[in-house]
Parts: sequence; structure tokens; C-alpha cells
Amino acid sequence: MSIQLTDIVKSFKTDRVLDSLSLGVSRGETLVLFGPSGAGKTVLLRLIAGVIDPDEGRIVINGVDMEGVEPEERGIGMAFQNFALFPHMDAHANIASPLTARRRTRADIEDRVNEVAELLKIRHVLGHKPKELSNGQKQRTALGRALAAEPSILLLDDPLRNVDAKLRFEMRLELPRLLKAQEATVIYVTQDYKEAMALGDRIAVMGAHGIAQVGTPEDIYLTPADTTIARLFGDPAINLLDVVPEQGGGGPEIQLSGARMPLDTAYAGVVGRPCILGIRPETIRFTEAGAPGVIPVEIEAETPLNEKTVTLAATRAGREILISRPAGTPGPDRGTAHIAIDPSGALLFDQATGKRIHPGESA
Amino acid sequence: MEHTSTLERVLRAIAITLVILFFIFPIFWIVLMSFQTNETILRVPPSIVFEPTLQNYQALITGELDTAAGKLEFDFMSNLFNSFYLSTASVALGLILGIPAAYAFGRLKFRGSEDIAFTLLSFRFAPPLLVLLPLTIYFQKLGLADTYFGLIWVYQLIVLPLILWIVRGYFEDIPADIEYAYRIAGHGFWATFFKIALPLAMPGIAAAGLLAFIFAWNNFIFALVLASADKQPVTVGALAFVTASGIQYGQIAAGIVLSILPTLGLALYAQRYLVEGLSLGAVKG
Repeated sequence: MSIQLTDIVKSFKTDRVLDSLSLGVSRGETLVLFGPSGAGKTVLLRLIAGVIDPDEGRIVINGVDMEGVEPEERGIGMAFQNFALFPHMDAHANIASPLTARRRTRADIEDRVNEVAELLKIRHVLGHKPKELSNGQKQRTALGRALAAEPSILLLDDPLRNVDAKLRFEMRLELPRLLKAQEATVIYVTQDYKEAMALGDRIAVMGAHGIAQVGTPEDIYLTPADTTIARLFGDPAINLLDVVPEQGGGGPEIQLSGARMPLDTAYAGVVGRPCILGIRPETIRFTEAGAPGVIPVEIEAETPLNEKTVTLAATRAGREILISRPAGTPGPDRGTAHIAIDPSGALLFDQATGKRIHPGESA
Repeated sequence: MEHTSTLERVLRAIAITLVILFFIFPIFWIVLMSFQTNETILRVPPSIVFEPTLQNYQALITGELDTAAGKLEFDFMSNLFNSFYLSTASVALGLILGIPAAYAFGRLKFRGSEDIAFTLLSFRFAPPLLVLLPLTIYFQKLGLADTYFGLIWVYQLIVLPLILWIVRGYFEDIPADIEYAYRIAGHGFWATFFKIALPLAMPGIAAAGLLAFIFAWNNFIFALVLASADKQPVTVGALAFVTASGIQYGQIAAGIVLSILPTLGLALYAQRYLVEGLSLGAVKG
């Protein structure tokens, strides 16, 4: 483990932001901290960087307990959400600051700053003060400063938050390559699920009470721990329907607008228990009437997005369902239609707690 | 830019002129007085037409004045030097003590920090005479009465709270992330203080230093009570012109002009610096 956090507690006045949080990050791994604002993502980064101290718990970096270790002794690179560039120094001096701290030779510093600037395409603005830089250039300068000394640990606090959409898209493609080239252990904070999915080897989803789920992007998307996480990942959002599974002929099944949807037999334990059925919009397709398991719906609205078309439809019982299909594929845009749901991707959550019900779990 | 009519512009110009006249006229009148003899100053009605003379300045610089009652001796130039010395030394000491204190109060919240900061500010609430009476006795016992050191110490009552509270605000306005970023980059606490906090708070320090200098320069009562003639600043020294044979208005005016010059020069010099600092720019956006 490159970073190991154990039972971290941190409060501000009476507000307990982190409560007994534990998390490990392996060497060379990129871990994305994902969650709404106020979940304590930034606090966690600051604790690791050492600019604030935990009330309780241990932080171990590369095998060394960080208690009493000052931020400048931790060998960490960090990029702040608000860039936090030194306003009275030019971009060159900003990027060079971790190198001057390490007492590198002048030629060495010059080489490294140019190398980083080349990588981030800001060589032409190295002589500019932060106020003369565009937001994108500031962001790259801040990133360059974090990378300059080739730290073994990189903390990136939502570095794409304050840049425009076009640049954010470019950087989302560019960053994974950049981070891999660094061979550093990276903790990346974001509120954007696409960024999280694109960059993370693993994603730690933070909720109001610490870390709600840790897993690979696929894990989080396909088997979210609860309905909240299920809703956070995916656009359009997952369909969540209140259901009570029944015992059918071949095993447990769900009645949806008169159609029967069989469940995996491993879900036998949930029969009669109030559940929430989670169905990703892309696992629903339009089909012809008459086939078994087909549900008639009334189309309410159609939203063409770039690469997909999202349709909002209502079942006879008035439940609204989002259906996503690749752009350009045929589909009805008004009136009555019929949909089929792929039951293999369906998720079941407990109605009372919102937690996902694992196959094989008994009532 | 909103639309402004010609009438509005004219009215605005008149208003500004009136304000400027109101503030500048006394100074302008004093400058005129400094080039006149007591006779032309005191004539009724007053007039701005007169024969300019340099005798007031001459008298101040030589330290001798022939009056109807005989030769009057005073040492205005050494008063001026005292003012300069006391103010500069007080502000220097105030900055050395006040800047680290301001940083501590602004950045490192500790138990009782607000109370201590407020206590320091409260020094400015007390009427100076209230402080002076006991202080005179202590100073005489300690041998600090009539010393530059003693005066500079007492001047901290004026200078230190001012510097502390102004500079503290500037330190608090520096986003903490900028300092954190410098620490994380590998620089220690002191390097961060000197390379980040201090340069970024410099406009505030310049403003506080300038204000403190003016307050110290204009102080009258401390030096009047605690110092004898050879340590007294111009504010007290000007009393010498109130003589048995009358008030030497010309010399007083010339003395005022001479004593305004250093602060004026300092203000003009610091102004450039203040503006430059203010335009340094924010963290983002």
C-alpha cells in the first residue's frame, strides 16, 4: 500500500466531516474520490497532504506514519481546485517551486520546468504571471507545479472544475496518459461521474457518512451498493421502480404493467419483500407487441443527445421510465409503444434501506 | 457607463471643486503664511497680495529670530530630526513586532487569540492622559523618562495596534491554499512566511506603515509630558513660537510646511506601491 488511512476522524467545530474512515491506495494506482460537495473529499486530501491534522486515526504513506510529519516533508504533489498559484511569481517560478525547495541545480530546474511545460503545452506562457493566464493555462500551471518534482504521490483536487467544457473534455482524454507516465500513486477528486469512470483504476464513492463504496468503475456501475450510488453513475439516470417480487412458475418474478419479468433464481429469497427495481435505460429496448414480457408504454418525450436518444415513457400504471438507445437507431417518438427489459442487468434494492440485495441473499 | 448630461457633469465638477477647496484651502493658506511676516499675516482684511519673504524659513534653519522683545532662540531643526527619528524608529519597531503578531492572530488561531488582539486594540481607546500620569512616574523610576528609547516604547501604544489590525486583515485575505501549496511544494513554515505571506500582504504593510508613521509624526501629548526640549518632536517644538511677545504665526506656518514635507513625500512614494499591490490580482478568475 502506498497510502493507508485507518479510522480517520475529523470534525470542524461540531460538524463531524469524516467518521472512522479507512482507505488504502496501492502503489501506482489512480483512485478517484467521488461524491457530492460537503462529503469531505477535499478534507481527506488535505489530511493526506498534512496541511490539517486528523482528530483521530493513522495516516501511513509509503510505510511511514505521518503523525508529526510536516507537509513539506511528505514529498507529495498537489493540485488545488482553485489552482492556488502564487500570484506574485510567473508560471515558470510557480512550476519550479517544488524544485527550488529540493535544492536542485539551476540547469536541472530549467530542464525539468521546460519538460513539464512541454508536456502540458504551456511553454509559451512560462514568463506570465497568473493573472495574465487563461483559466486553462492556470490549471495546467497548477498541474505542472504538482508534477514538477515527480512526487510518488499526487493529489488532484477536482483540477478540471474551473475550466471550460471543451478543455475539460480534452484533459479528460489527456490526463490518464499523463498520470500513467508519472507512475505515481494518484488520488483524484471529482464530482463528475464521467471523469471518475474515465480516470479511476478504482473509485471510492463518498456519501454523508464516509466512504459508501469502493470498486472499479465497472463494479460501481454494474453493482452499485445502494440506490444513491446507482443514481449518481449513469446518464440518463437509472430507472428505479417500487416492486414486490412474486413467486412465479419458474422462480421469482416481477409484475410490471401486466407483463411478467422473471428474475434470476438466486433472488428466491426476496419474494414478498418490498424492493426497488433498478433498470439502466440502455438495457431497455423498443420491440413489437405480442412477444412475451413486453410492456406497453405511452411515449411522453424524446430527447436526442449527441450519441444517444433518450425517451421518457409512462407505463399504464403511470410509472415513468427512461429508455436510452444509440442515436440513429429507429424508435417511436410518440404514441403507444412496447418495450422489453433485459432482466439480466436488473438490480434489486431493499425499499427500506436502499441497499442493494445480493443474489442469494435471504429475506 | 451611464449617460450623463452636460449639466450633470458641470454640477459634478463644481461639487468636486468645492470639496477640494474645502480640504486644500487651509493648507494653501498656511503655505502663503509661511512666506509672510507677522505684520502682513495679521493685517485686516487679509489679502493674498504680499511681498514674499524667506525670513521665516531662514529663522527656522538658523534657529535664531529677532523679535521686538529681543533675540529668540529655538532649535526647530533638531525638533524635526527628533520627529523623524522617533517616527521612523517607532514604525520600524512596530512593524518588527506587529507583522509576526498579525500573522499569528490572522492565521494560527489559538486559545485566547481574539482576546489578546482585542486587548491590544483597546490601547487605542484609553485617553492618552490616563496612561501618561502613571507612566510618568514609572518612567522616572526606571530612568526611561526623557530617552528616545522610552518615547519609542510609548509610541508603540499608537503604532502597534494600528499595524497589527490592518496587516492582520491582509494576512487573512490571502487564500490559505496558496500557503498550503507552497508548504506542500516542499518549503518550510518560515520560507512560506517570507516568500508568500509577506510579499502578498505588502500593500497592507505599506498602508499600515504609512498610517502608523503619520500617527506617530502627529503625536503631541506623549512627547510633551515624557521628554524634555532636546528630545521633543516638531509638534511640541512649535510651542516655542508662542512667545511672551506674541505668537510667531509666520514661523509656525513655515514649521508646519517643513513638517508636512516628510509625510507627504512618504505618502506619494507609498502610493505607487499601494496601487501596485492592489492590482496584483486574485487567485482565480
